[in-house]
Parts: sequence; C-alpha cells; structure tokens
Amino acid sequence: MGTQEPYPIDVEAIREDFPILDRKIGGDATTPGEGPTDDAPLVYLDNAATSHTPEPVVEAIADYYRGYNSNVHRGIHQLSQEASVAYEEAHDRVAEFIGADGREEILFTANTTASVNLVAYAWGLDALGPGDSVVLTEMEHHASLVTWQQIAKKTGAEVRYARVDDDGTLDMDHAADLIDDTTEMVSVVHVSNTLGAINPVRRLADLAHDHGARIFVDGAQSVPTRPVDVTDLDADFLAFSGHKMCGPTGIGVLYGKEHLLAEMDPFLYGGEMIRRVTYEESTWEDLPWKFEAGTPPIEQGIALATAVDYLDDVGMENVRAHEDLLAEYAYDQLTAFDDVTVYGPPGDDRGGLVAFNLDGVHAHDLSSILNERGVAVRAGDHCTQPLHDKLGIAASARASFYIYNTVEEIDALVDAVDAARQLFA
Amino acid sequence: MGIGSDMYRQQILDHYKNPRNYGELDDPTFSHVGENPSCGDTIKMDVALADDGETIERVVFSGDGCAISQASASMLTSKLQGTTLAELEAMDRDDVVDMLGVDISPMRIKCAVLAEKVVQDGAKIYEGELDVETTKTEE
Repeated sequence: MGTQEPYPIDVEAIREDFPILDRKIGGDATTPGEGPTDDAPLVYLDNAATSHTPEPVVEAIADYYRGYNSNVHRGIHQLSQEASVAYEEAHDRVAEFIGADGREEILFTANTTASVNLVAYAWGLDALGPGDSVVLTEMEHHASLVTWQQIAKKTGAEVRYARVDDDGTLDMDHAADLIDDTTEMVSVVHVSNTLGAINPVRRLADLAHDHGARIFVDGAQSVPTRPVDVTDLDADFLAFSGHKMCGPTGIGVLYGKEHLLAEMDPFLYGGEMIRRVTYEESTWEDLPWKFEAGTPPIEQGIALATAVDYLDDVGMENVRAHEDLLAEYAYDQLTAFDDVTVYGPPGDDRGGLVAFNLDGVHAHDLSSILNERGVAVRAGDHCTQPLHDKLGIAASARASFYIYNTVEEIDALVDAVDAARQLFA
Repeated sequence: MGIGSDMYRQQILDHYKNPRNYGELDDPTFSHVGENPSCGDTIKMDVALADDGETIERVVFSGDGCAISQASASMLTSKLQGTTLAELEAMDRDDVVDMLGVDISPMRIKCAVLAEKVVQDGAKIYEGELDVETTKTEE
C-alpha cells in the first residue's frame, strides 16, 4: 500500500475496508445498529478491547458459510475436505506470521485467556508444586494473573510479582531478583493493556532460561500491533486473540515450542483430538490436533488467516510505526493539561494506547460524555484491578489505536475531554 | 458541538457537586453498604425510622463514585424522607430513572440503581428477610 503524509500507511484506503467506521452514534443503544437518532460520527478508540473487521475478513467468513461450511477432519465428502484443508492451512499461515516452525506449534483456542488456561492446566498442574515459584509482573492482565494465582493455589507453588516502577515500566532488577532456581514459569505481558509499557521479553526469556524456567508471553496487545517473532523472543509459549487483530471473536492462538507441547498431556479431552479409543484406553492425535478437542473454531481460524494476510499487506513494521505516531500524539495532547493524568511510560516509549483520568470526573462519567460525542473509549479497570489498586485509582479511561485511526480522531477525543471538563467545572 | 449532555443534565450535576443529606447518622435504625467493585462506586445509607417503626424519619448517604451513582443517592435521600418502608420496597428501577429525569444508557443503569438497592436491602435485612453483607448491582 502507498503512504500519505503524515502517516506511514495509507489510512484513507484502509478506512474504506472498514464500513463500520462510517456509522453514527448517539441514540438508542438497546437495538443493534445505527438508528434514526444517531448523529455523531463514530470515533472508535477502543481497539485494545477489540479491533474492527476489514471487508476481506468479513468476506472470508461469508465465503466459508456460503461455500464450504462443514465439520473438519471426520468427513470424506468434498465440503469437509475443503474446510479441513483451509482450517489446517490457517495454522501454517499463523505460524509463518509469528516466526514459528510450523502448524505443530500453533494451537487454535477460544481466546488469549483460554490459551493461558491451557498452559496453566496442561503444563502447570504437572510441573508446579510446593517450593516452586511462578514469576509474574504487577501489570499482568487478569487472564494470566488470576489463572496463575489459582493454579499456584492448587499446586502449592508461590506467585511472585515483579514490580512496576513509578514511571510505569517493569523494574528489571526486581524481576532478576525474583527469578531464581525455584522458578518454573515466568509469565509476562508483552505490551501492557493499561500502561502501554513494552516489556523486554527477550531479556526476561534469557533470565528464565538461565534458571531452567519457561516463559509464557501474553501477546494480546503486541501481536496485533508490531512484528512479533517467537524465535527472536525465545518464547516458550505465546498467546494472542484474533479479534484484536482484524479477525473474528472466538479464536485465540497458543504458540508453544514443539518439544514442550509434545511432552504435555492434553487439556481438553473428546473428539478430534484422539487417534484410537477403546473402553479402557485412548491415544492422542499428533500436534496441534491433540490440543483441539471437539469441533474447533473453523470459520474463525480460516478468517484469522485472512486477517493475517491483511495485516501483512499493510506490513507489521508499518502498523507499529502508525501506532507509535498516534500514541505519541495522544500522549502529548493529553499531558498538555494539568488536570489529566496519563498512566505509564512517555509517549515515545509505549504501545498504541493511553489510559488516563480527568481530575474530578469518574472514568465512567467521562466515557459516557465521550460516547455522547461518538468517541468510543474503554472505562474501568481494564482487567488489571491490582495494578489500579497500586495506582490508587478505581478506574481509568483508555484510548487505544489501530491502523484506521487518525490524528483528527485524537483531536476529537481531546475536545470531548474538554467538554467533560466544562460540564463538571 | 457544545458542551451540553443528554445524560448529565443540570440537576444530576448539581446533586453530584452539592450532594443533599450527605453524611452518617449517630444512631441509625439500620445501615447498609453497597459497592460495584468494577466501577469503584460505594454507597452507605443510614436510615432512622420514626416511632411507628414504619416511617422513614431521616435517611442520609455517604460514599464515593461516579456522578450517576452519587447524584442518584442524593436525590433518593430527598425523595425518601417521610415515606414508609412499604413504599420503599415497592420502588423499582423505573422509579429511579423517572427521578433522575434523563435517559440512562444500558451500561450505566447499575450506577443509577445502586443507592435504591442499598436502602431496600438494608430494610429487608432489618426486617429479617435478607442476609447479605454488601449489595451489588453489577453483573
């Protein structure tokens, strides 16, 4: 795709692939879709929660249901063969996208949360016990924080949290102190969904491996927004969700190094994942199918591969450059006001999201006022309650950006924040 | 676009900025707290009944949170002075929305009805019909 000032990508052309961006906001929210009283243009800045879906991905979903909808693997008939080939090749496509060796290392799950749980149960229940430790960071999303916390309770392992510094970045010295020979797992979020901090995953992986531990990387915010290569990161496991990267909901990915996945017992048992079953015993399918019990997310997996094609056409380096540009602009615009607090590292050192509060206005009030002006942000604890406790706040508003966002939309956000300021003055 | 708002009308903002009946009673007949953890909204309602054991003689609230939850609590305390427990128990969310006088968006209803639920639960606990520690109105 061509470029256009001031963006590293052709935002105008990209926006044409997302018809939802043309809809208006402002009226009855009890009925889905645009209504007669909707009048404000949508300014969608909630991409860290879910991204929109470009036309090629919508078409891939429709093509599947209109053309070759069928269950995979069991059928000899042509529809089933077509669906099976497309679904299996989607694993190859995703493997290529993140630098994995092949489909054996790519498990399709429901979402990032399901991917964490798969590792926590299938690997953690066996590997963890009293005297072992799991090292997390204070900025983990509940998806990994709660999961490891509960698996630790079941196994008697200890959970340790590497500190977040006052500047909103990970205290690496503290992390290095916590990771020791008792450590079996280091689970770290790559890009914080609240602070925007980008964690040094490779250095953490080296620390983990020096002590014989595994590293699990929560890539929910990183894989959609920047080049991520599991070989460069030396990640043992990496999880992410399709719906934050132009794909549909209902599909997540778990990457795992092949030898680790081969050693692990299945997480879910049932159809599709077995090779031979008797009344007494069962044996398992090869990777990755050993971990995909039951009818898998067929349409979602195929559509995810199309989403990956779409993002590769834009270019992940370009996606990152665009995210950086918008994050820095938003950070500068918002921090220009004394009554706005932005959480996390500076604008030139963060992922494409900005969580903030306006003095004297609860984040939910702020979000409601923004919504009346068509500006969609998230307000709440962003599934990082302990981090919000540490920051001393109940909630924050968060604007998060993607390939179709513009600086004008950030201006609209800042104007809407100013409207809230005046209302509550 | 001006700074006007559909949901944050003057009355709501006024009750938020200048809450009525804000505080605690030294010797309430009953008292109850509610919290919506994901919002951080907290509300405590203290109620003093008249000698008839039925009429609300005085009701005050304290707490912290968003403008909708706090304004709703403030307006509710004004509305409830002199009503009976039976009238309190007969109230529903439509009464709260009518009282607020604005359209509350579906995601914010939980904020609007927290105060009402807190004082209703407090009354039920007082009458021995309910046993909860903290009231919540979010899923």
